[in-house]
Amino acid sequence: MSPTLLPLAAEPAIDASATAFVLICASLVLLMTPGLALFYGGMTRAKSVLNMMMMSFGAMGVVGVVYVLWGYSMSFGGSNIGGIIGNPFENFGLKGVVGDAEGATLDANGTAIIDVFGADVWIPEILFVGFQLTFAIITVALISGAIADRAKFSTWLVFAGLWVTLAYFPVAHMVWGGGLLSGSEDGIAAMLFGATDGAANVLPIDFAGGTVVHINAGIAGLVLALIVGKRLGFGKSAMRPHNVPLVMLGAGLLWFGWFGFNAGSELAADGLSALVWVNTTVATCAAILGWLVVEKLRDGHATSVGAASGVVAGLVAITPACGALSPVGSIILGLVAGALAALAVGLKFKFGYDDSLDVVGVHLVAGLWGTVGAGLLATEGGLFYGDGINQTVVQIVIALASLIFSAVVTAIIGLALKYTLGWRISDDDEVAGIDQAEHAESGYDLVSRGGRLGTTSSPALSHDARHHDELTPEGVKA
Amino acid sequence: MKLITAIIKPHQIDAVKEALEAYGISGMTVSEASGYGRQRGHSEVYRGAEYTVDFVPKLRLEVLVDDMDASSVADVILKAAQTGRIGDGKIWTVPVEDVVRVRTGERGSEAI
Repeated sequence: MSPTLLPLAAEPAIDASATAFVLICASLVLLMTPGLALFYGGMTRAKSVLNMMMMSFGAMGVVGVVYVLWGYSMSFGGSNIGGIIGNPFENFGLKGVVGDAEGATLDANGTAIIDVFGADVWIPEILFVGFQLTFAIITVALISGAIADRAKFSTWLVFAGLWVTLAYFPVAHMVWGGGLLSGSEDGIAAMLFGATDGAANVLPIDFAGGTVVHINAGIAGLVLALIVGKRLGFGKSAMRPHNVPLVMLGAGLLWFGWFGFNAGSELAADGLSALVWVNTTVATCAAILGWLVVEKLRDGHATSVGAASGVVAGLVAITPACGALSPVGSIILGLVAGALAALAVGLKFKFGYDDSLDVVGVHLVAGLWGTVGAGLLATEGGLFYGDGINQTVVQIVIALASLIFSAVVTAIIGLALKYTLGWRISDDDEVAGIDQAEHAESGYDLVSRGGRLGTTSSPALSHDARHHDELTPEGVKA
Repeated sequence: MKLITAIIKPHQIDAVKEALEAYGISGMTVSEASGYGRQRGHSEVYRGAEYTVDFVPKLRLEVLVDDMDASSVADVILKAAQTGRIGDGKIWTVPVEDVVRVRTGERGSEAI
């Protein structure tokens, strides 16, 4: 998956179909984050729905800006530093990608173009930037589900900027930017099983981001849930989803946007992107069934929240594997993913960590399974296809490496923020509802609560209050 | 004058309203309520975590009537709201000292 920037002999030109396809896919991936906001928002209690959704929208604000300033340079642009990170200054502010694109491959109109997979399919490099920007946003937003209802919004925004810089960009660089976890001759895979002609003999499989996005965000969610601590009343009072239809709508939007995520990662409208589309669909369908079967057997009912969660678990699991499996292999992968995640969401009660919306149970578990499962079920190199265990070993190694890296970085950032800005809102605010305390809004106005424009200290209020007091003794009920 | 208050199952409200209209009752107030009696609550499961919901949704119906109508109106509500299953609700009647129609200022029976 490493970008190849070598100019070809004939002057390269923009591939119009690929460009149109990736433009649409980038827009689809961007839609996933508002979809996630609905998915998460419906699962919280009514008093914290807005804060939950704002954590996604806040991540959009911070990460989008950061990505253009130094994110792209650290992930794909700048020269490699130790196989871990790109130089943030080399393409700072997209220098060298737009305007005077010095050193980039240009088409006849002077547009910087890129052929990421060396397949002679060229798209504008700025489009690749935009596509990747949407991935960075959704990854950060995913983490927010682990710390619902209780985190200061300002601390969350600072965390978003630090985490995407210190955890996401490095992992993206390592896996996709030609770093340690890629198939380059300097990568871990090449160290394990050797390299031929500058590429590892056993190429790691992570088509659309099982390691970079889901393991990365999943483990970050676990670490952050431990650092931030439990919600007041966790494990005692009922914290049930306040709006299940929102959860279902969010899951539907995530699924729709995920086609851009997975099929779009081929960066071309071709046979493989079509296979990826079908694999993404059937793995998700199977995961719904996997989750519901576990629920029916364990709890006696197949639930809506279970079906929506199965959708997400299936999408997560197929993400790394979608380009390497057959549709039937995808069904197996999805079925197992749904069942595994349905079992994993109970772990938080067993171990007593408050991963509020199951970022660990869904994204980490399904992300790990999808990344390892790709080694088992890949039609070329997969263990179940009789091609030996090497691919599976490589998959386990890249999964664990990204997991450990992200856990350490998240712990450092999370603890640093805990002892500086602080993570928690006050207990009173948490009980009353974080929407009021952090955003001065409420999600629903089902019953009129009276009121007027202006602040509570206006003279009108004290006049009204006095008037009200005068009336009460006369027996007029308020 | 009497105030008749009935706590009924939400999906019985149409039947009760039609029965009261047929009897000649021209107005009523309905509000959403929740609570439990012998029915108790139910349990719900979200991602494997079970929650007990104690309060069951009900509708609270209030009708002001003349003294002579009170027991028959209560009977009308009873017949229309009854399903014979647990959770059908309760009806009670209390005396009312005065009633005022806000638009006209009429008082007492005139205002009903």
